[in-house]
Amino acid sequence: MTVLSQQIPAGTWRADKVHSTVGFAVKHSGVATFRGSFSDYDGTLTVVGDGEPQLTGVVSAASIDVRDDNLAGHLQSPDFFDVERTPEIRFTSTAFRPADDGSLIVDGELTIKGQTRQVEARGTITPAHEGLAGNLVAGIQLETVIDRTAFGLNWNAPLPSGGVALANDVKLIVDLELGRQED
Amino acid sequence: MRVLAISGSLRHDSHNTHLLRAAAELLPPEMELEIWDGLKAVPPYNPDDDGEIAPEGAEALRDAIAGADALLIATPEYNHSIPGQLKNALDWVSRPFHQCVLRNKPAAVIGASTGMFGAVWAQAEVRKVLSAAGARVIDRELPVGQAHLVLDRDGPLDPELAARLGELLYALRSEVDARTLVGAAA
Repeated sequence: MTVLSQQIPAGTWRADKVHSTVGFAVKHSGVATFRGSFSDYDGTLTVVGDGEPQLTGVVSAASIDVRDDNLAGHLQSPDFFDVERTPEIRFTSTAFRPADDGSLIVDGELTIKGQTRQVEARGTITPAHEGLAGNLVAGIQLETVIDRTAFGLNWNAPLPSGGVALANDVKLIVDLELGRQED
Repeated sequence: MRVLAISGSLRHDSHNTHLLRAAAELLPPEMELEIWDGLKAVPPYNPDDDGEIAPEGAEALRDAIAGADALLIATPEYNHSIPGQLKNALDWVSRPFHQCVLRNKPAAVIGASTGMFGAVWAQAEVRKVLSAAGARVIDRELPVGQAHLVLDRDGPLDPELAARLGELLYALRSEVDARTLVGAAA
């Protein structure tokens, strides 16, 4: 039994896009944590008995939601995600393993702007139980911190008194409500 | 493949306009270059005037850029920066920001000045403005210093300068080609 299959029964689990969140947080102006999210994505968890589970995700970079059309336009531009040329952000897990404190570690390959990097995300599993519609639901919450410049998102601007407008470290936050797909 | 060329100088005998005419003689195959001459008619940017339809001079520039595959700007340098009329025109075409005509538009910047440095700072600033508006800016410069001596109106460009300008135009064409491939794959 794997760390995950003890808590989530075998099957194909899909993210409920209404009740899930795929977001990010980054320090802005050196003072505040700016948060945004993506509204269009697919997330699938495949659990196969004793085999290695796999979590995959595809996010439409153009669906970035930052509550301002002009800012979204800049984030979609070649300065950031370049959504015309690289419209998708992708994640494929390579391993699920327990951390020393009992929490979950998910290793995987993250592709942003055509650049693929290994990442280690940490989080928790909420074991499966029956949802409102009588179907099985489960939760996975994961976070990891990436250096956005490793993916070619290099834009920045100097602040008048020193420092830069945007931190390079970005926390990615994925909170998925997963529903098991019936055969 | 149409390139819209804009000279940042309004002067009739502008070195930068002459540089664009020279560029027109060095184009890669299947590339056409049109020198846009409406810069003087673009009014001062005022958000109050920028409704569904912009003033005629600004609307003409937006239409011209929207209809072109790429943008080539030749800028002089005033006080180490962009000439006001050129910056003003770029301000018009960068609005509304999230769907402006510069978004994803391949663009290159060149420049000439009578000083030693060939408008190199103005070129950097034009690239910065274009990038901020979401254009695909070629990351190279072409500073032509002492333009009154280097640019001979009656003769060909200096071969080294012509080679560098030709390389820049090929880089611009490559950016358009890459965009076309993306569009075809989508």
